[in-house]
Amino acid sequence: MSGLLEVLQPGIGTTVQDRGRPGHRHHGLPLSGWLDAPLAQAANALLGNDLTAAVLEMRGVGTVLHVKHGPVRMVLTGRTGAQRVREDGIRTPLPAWQTATLREGETLQLGGADSGCAYLAVAGGIALPPAFGSRASYWRAGLSGVLGRAFQPGDILPCGETGSGDPREWRCRSPWEVDTGPIRVMTGPQDDHFTPDALTSFFAQEWQATPAQDRMGLRLHGEALAHTRPEAADIVSDGVTPGAIQVPANGQPIVLLADGQTVGGYPKIATVVTADLPRLAHMRPGTCVRFAPVTAEQAHTALTAQRARWLLWLADREAFLPPGHIDEAALYGGNLISGMLATHPGETTP
Amino acid sequence: MSPDTTPSPRLLALGDSAWTLEFGSAIDPAINARVMGLAERVAHARGSEPLLACVTDVVPTFRSLTVHFDPLEADAAALGERLRGLAQEGHQDRQPGRLWHLPVCFDADFAPDLPRLAEAKGLSPAEVIQRLLAATFRVYMLGFQPGFPYMGGVPPELHMPRLPTPRQKVPAQSLAVAGAMCAVYPWESPGGWNLLGRTPVVLFDLQHAGQPALLAAGDAVRCHAVHRATHDRLATEIAQGLPRESFLKAPSA
Repeated sequence: MSGLLEVLQPGIGTTVQDRGRPGHRHHGLPLSGWLDAPLAQAANALLGNDLTAAVLEMRGVGTVLHVKHGPVRMVLTGRTGAQRVREDGIRTPLPAWQTATLREGETLQLGGADSGCAYLAVAGGIALPPAFGSRASYWRAGLSGVLGRAFQPGDILPCGETGSGDPREWRCRSPWEVDTGPIRVMTGPQDDHFTPDALTSFFAQEWQATPAQDRMGLRLHGEALAHTRPEAADIVSDGVTPGAIQVPANGQPIVLLADGQTVGGYPKIATVVTADLPRLAHMRPGTCVRFAPVTAEQAHTALTAQRARWLLWLADREAFLPPGHIDEAALYGGNLISGMLATHPGETTP
Repeated sequence: MSPDTTPSPRLLALGDSAWTLEFGSAIDPAINARVMGLAERVAHARGSEPLLACVTDVVPTFRSLTVHFDPLEADAAALGERLRGLAQEGHQDRQPGRLWHLPVCFDADFAPDLPRLAEAKGLSPAEVIQRLLAATFRVYMLGFQPGFPYMGGVPPELHMPRLPTPRQKVPAQSLAVAGAMCAVYPWESPGGWNLLGRTPVVLFDLQHAGQPALLAAGDAVRCHAVHRATHDRLATEIAQGLPRESFLKAPSA
């Protein structure tokens, strides 16, 4: 029997995610999936999971899990942390970026995601039944992630593996960090619906993230962008994708995220490039952001460079023995599990 | 349509992971037919051309086709050129879509906007229903929600703007019109279209993993009126497993 986690308290904003369900957008099904792929895949990689394994995405607070059947090896990635509570009531912190093996009966109190998005992975991945090739929660259509609804107390999350008996845990020497600088976009496809001044203003000003954000989209606030004429604020719907920046008649941009719909009726001034999509998950209300235009070639270079940087970051991880064992980290530090770094067909990031 | 009178579609980048081929900016059956023709040729090419192996989704809309791809695997520029080529290549008639006959109950609680629409158009509610039943709706695209069909073919005398204030909750399977468009809501959701009836037929079914949406772009839909008792009986039978093909009149319209 594999590990089982029981949801004691659902908290807010915690969902099951994986790389989403490509191939179903013509049915009107959004892509869904994790908002920050490199961060989610960092969690999987530290556990030796398949990089596509399902994880918990944490965007809020208050989720409490109980190890109903264990042990369960797990890891947190992102600006977050948790408290382990043993059956005898002793509490120890579980910091991010290092794996830990929780015994049956232990409780895990997840902390908030300080930047707006963090991940918890378990060895073998969250093994809920997939729907349309993915375990990603999409509540609007009742899909996966515990029957396609928010967690409820008593929900059970099966884990793909039980403890291997290997006492080594893994940690990385530094957290994975997203790229910095302005968020890179390719203009269009409807940049011709905006005045030249609006295009200049879009790139010149600092935009502020508002509280109106969820996994579907992120509303920004700033100096309104003018359409070429009032009718240009609406288009006959066409295809959209995560990262598309729609600007309705009020001139305030809406950036679509993973759960965004498949078609939209507002003109898109620009579209965030794949390499910078993860950053949209960390725009807490009040966060300021600028946009910079790039070419398709620059977008591709940014993505391949990010992937190379991620692989280098991962190669720097090390094994260690948790307290209670003699520190034999040095004995294990050098040898990495081969094959873990293999690329997966269809994988877009990192 | 001959090649020399058909303008080339615009090839537009939707970021670094999708191309949109735009055939026009209006809702027009001829434009949509070109979109669907290209969708078919892309589907065919995906089966044989390695260049298209990176394609993940092909999404037809009223007036454009969006082709999503894996930006790490793709040669985006070459893919764009190939899509442009495919768009100009074929002008043969595309495969016609399927024809569905949906039972619709027009009882007052299912059709809260029927009296208002009838009055605004100087028709009796029965005349509005008669015109709806005479129409053949064409599915232009799915969107807004999983399985939500945007259908054209509403008779001009029934064109009615959206509600000034959308409803918080539109019941699932409501038949609705807005302007020249008709739809059936697959899910309970907020919505501003005029509700004229309800079908017991399920528009999006998780049991059909390969084709969860009942309708596809290119399909045709006709409605026939049923009494409440028939509606309720069909709803029960559908819940018990009555196949969706029961409502398929012709594999191709």
